[in-house]
Amino acid sequence: MIETETAPERIEIHADHHPHLAHHFESMEQQREAGTLGMWWFLLTEIMFFGGMFTAYTVYRHLYFSAFAAGSEVLSVWWGGFNTAVLIGSSLTMALAVFHAQMGNAKKVVFFLLFTVVLGGIFLRVKYIEYSDKFAEHVFPAGDYRWPTGEEPAGPHNPGDLLLMLVGLEATHHPGPMEHGLPVKVTTNYSEEGPYYGTGGQIPEQVQSDSMAGHVRLYFWFYFVMTGFHALHMLIGIGLLLTLAWQAWRGKFSREYHSYIELTGLYWHFVDIVWIFLFPLLYLVDRHL
Amino acid sequence: MSEHIVPKSTYYTIFGALLVGTALTIVFAFINLGNFNIVAALVIAGIKAGLVITFFMHVKYSSRLTKMWVAVGFIWMFLMISITMTDYLTRAWLVYRP
Amino acid sequence: MTNEFTPATMEAIPTNGQELNYLNNGYGLKSWLLTKDHKRIAILYLISVSSFFILGGIFALLIRINLLSPEGVFTPDTYNRLFTAHGVIMVFLFLVPAVPAILGNFLVPIMIGAKDLAFPKINLLSWYLYVAAGIVLLIAIFAGGIDTGWTFYTPYSTGYSNSNVLLAALGVFIAGFSSILTGINFIVTVHTMRAPGMTWFRLPLFIWGHYATALVMMLATPVLAITVSLMALERIAHVGIFDPALGGDPVLFQHMFWFYSHPAVYIMVLPAMGVVSELIANLSRKNVFGYKFVAMSSLAIAIFGFLVWGHHLFVSTQSIYLGLAFSFLSYAVAIPSAIKVFNWTATLFKGSISYDTPMLYALGFIGLFLIGGMTGLFVAAVGLDVHIHDTYFVIAHFHYVMVGGSLMGFLGGMHLWWGKMTGRQYPEYWARAATIIQFVGFNLTFFPQFILGYLGMPRRYASYPPEFQTLHVLSTAGATILGVGLGITIFYLLWSLKNGKRALANPWGAPGLEWRTSSPPPTENFLVTPIVTWEAYEFAPIETMEVLGYPGDPGKPTQPVSAEHGTED
Repeated sequence: MIETETAPERIEIHADHHPHLAHHFESMEQQREAGTLGMWWFLLTEIMFFGGMFTAYTVYRHLYFSAFAAGSEVLSVWWGGFNTAVLIGSSLTMALAVFHAQMGNAKKVVFFLLFTVVLGGIFLRVKYIEYSDKFAEHVFPAGDYRWPTGEEPAGPHNPGDLLLMLVGLEATHHPGPMEHGLPVKVTTNYSEEGPYYGTGGQIPEQVQSDSMAGHVRLYFWFYFVMTGFHALHMLIGIGLLLTLAWQAWRGKFSREYHSYIELTGLYWHFVDIVWIFLFPLLYLVDRHL
Repeated sequence: MSEHIVPKSTYYTIFGALLVGTALTIVFAFINLGNFNIVAALVIAGIKAGLVITFFMHVKYSSRLTKMWVAVGFIWMFLMISITMTDYLTRAWLVYRP
Repeated sequence: MTNEFTPATMEAIPTNGQELNYLNNGYGLKSWLLTKDHKRIAILYLISVSSFFILGGIFALLIRINLLSPEGVFTPDTYNRLFTAHGVIMVFLFLVPAVPAILGNFLVPIMIGAKDLAFPKINLLSWYLYVAAGIVLLIAIFAGGIDTGWTFYTPYSTGYSNSNVLLAALGVFIAGFSSILTGINFIVTVHTMRAPGMTWFRLPLFIWGHYATALVMMLATPVLAITVSLMALERIAHVGIFDPALGGDPVLFQHMFWFYSHPAVYIMVLPAMGVVSELIANLSRKNVFGYKFVAMSSLAIAIFGFLVWGHHLFVSTQSIYLGLAFSFLSYAVAIPSAIKVFNWTATLFKGSISYDTPMLYALGFIGLFLIGGMTGLFVAAVGLDVHIHDTYFVIAHFHYVMVGGSLMGFLGGMHLWWGKMTGRQYPEYWARAATIIQFVGFNLTFFPQFILGYLGMPRRYASYPPEFQTLHVLSTAGATILGVGLGITIFYLLWSLKNGKRALANPWGAPGLEWRTSSPPPTENFLVTPIVTWEAYEFAPIETMEVLGYPGDPGKPTQPVSAEHGTED
């Protein structure tokens, strides 16, 4: 296995190796193995990244369980469940894209990659609806946060509603009891003499110190931060998928060389796994009747 | 290529299992199991994640090294959460009575 | 067996200077800034890391100047910004990247017989991220400063500090990413790109050290990323995740922060330990005693290092029972480190020791790391830590392991491989003098600090009671001497680039793969893929250690290298 190259003339001999074999690798097999291991290692770093959020979540769920339960009730299980199914579906279409890449069928690869993008887009559309509802219900933790009273939260009640809301034919948030008759309205003041200064942060009123309202606000912070980082990863994933779909359309991949599709598949499945855990932890806290 | 090609039927089966798991998660959430609710939710989520890892991510057909690293990742996260939680669970054990 | 191959006695082989190596393979800024060659990236890192080291050292000198007198020279507010800058720069921009990103990047592929790291473009990206992080942190430091300490404890950092905390958090986040990418590259490279015959237990201990480091980089650094992100979000939104007034727990921040930052100190020391193994073995011409034990100890330190972070939280209201557990584990993690020290010492026994600069650094490492490690046991005892936590005792402890350990290891490695990297040897007698000056200066700086801490002097204080002044003055004097010593080193290393003796392929007569290629190596590292048939530290007469291919001699795949043979034929 001794290979020689002539130097310093640097004659590049490309006839005897795959055009996509990088020069520092000995074989396509080694290149593929390295890529796969590299992507798995990157996913392990992502596990630890989300793991930090899960750690903080676990601590506060333990400390403020009833607040977490109260906050969770404001979320719509319909939207959460639907999104979970959509994301699992997108994992299926991603796996099928990889399958067809292994078969060397470029057209089907493009189709399934785009199908995955569409499903990812639907997921993000639902998240947009949910986030808008939460803003309208004043449970976004910064700004004009108000204590949710547990009245009817926004969200669909049946699949028909869901589809209509999804496409925008039905209003998602019904202004109603959520904003009226609140036992505690937490207002925020901005003061330059107060202890919080420098970044323009808002000073919460003392009524929030160690109160149920404050703890529910903390729950919603976890909701937005965790689903927000998750959504950010999905956006990156969609970007990667679109790039791959374009490259596949242009004929870059083949039976022998399609590792980027496999690796992006690994990333996409990982993002799905994160949501598989986020769904019960955020939407289903103490929901029993 | 020496990679193993998973048949489409396997993918569809796993997809079905995942949807069933999601439905079960929701069903169990609405039943009062007391402290077991969270256990049930995490166990089902763990099984769903396991299915995605094993079949969609091809870990079943990957080298032992890959399998080990995947396990290490989850174990490490679990370690971080559990040791941190030990602090909060045992702080109250020592009560200072002057 | 006498060692005939000290650099001082070797004649430089008059090379024609026209041979193609990685340094002259393409000129111009673009060829460097867009390079994929791991060796060039290592040099890029060398330049940027050294610059930050010098800046961090300047902040250190300012701190020591302030502490010359009890009232101080700067205002307390300024002093807070000085020690924060010193800590942030030294931890994130020097100690974490120094050995892995410079020596590791340069040597890992060569030592395993590969042409490059697994992901060359990602390697370049990691350098750009490092530079970006450095720029962001420079802005944070010089446009107002940060006054929270490099540990960013909440709720001060999230709610009360009127300084550039957000920028600092961003800089640290980006630096973390750089670290993660380097780690991924190392692990994948070592797993998949070893040359034929290079089995795991034939790997140099330098590789084992870097492998263990990469493990830690990848499992710990993401937690830092999320911690600083949450801290930044808390600073913006004030929701209360770390603020007790709002129902949050500041100790949670400390848990998450130290979950990274304790393993981080192993990121800083494991590569240096890998270097020390090379220094000791190569300069005593003897296989490392208990090679497998040393290799496994690297992994053990990496793993155990994750289980001890709570020893930074002993007095923080963390559960006492958990504190006891962390204390026990902290004692346990000292065991693999001790195994290494014993094994290095045993390696020296009956070795053919040459007291060249790299060996001086290695011996310095052993002694200083010993003191640093033993004093770590002091602080790991919960009862004692109640008294010495947040005092100068802790500062002295970690400077002994970080400077006496990591920095000595780094400098020793730089000297051992300077010829390999640059094609020029450093001047031996100047180097020995500088090493000794640094050693004396270092001890004078930090040993008094153990006493200061024991007597009760708190850390991060700009002023102090007059009875502590003598010790502080001694410490500052030591710091000046250390600074001079380091200055001499920087000076002669730069000087040697133009005026040093041209380096041979194997000036130390060492068996590692990096010595089987020219100094400096060609871009592809080897012109012939090496097939490894020898054990890790199998010393042999130099005539038998063939240099695998010399650029400019395509017809001659092997060339012996020794002083007697003189020029190439």
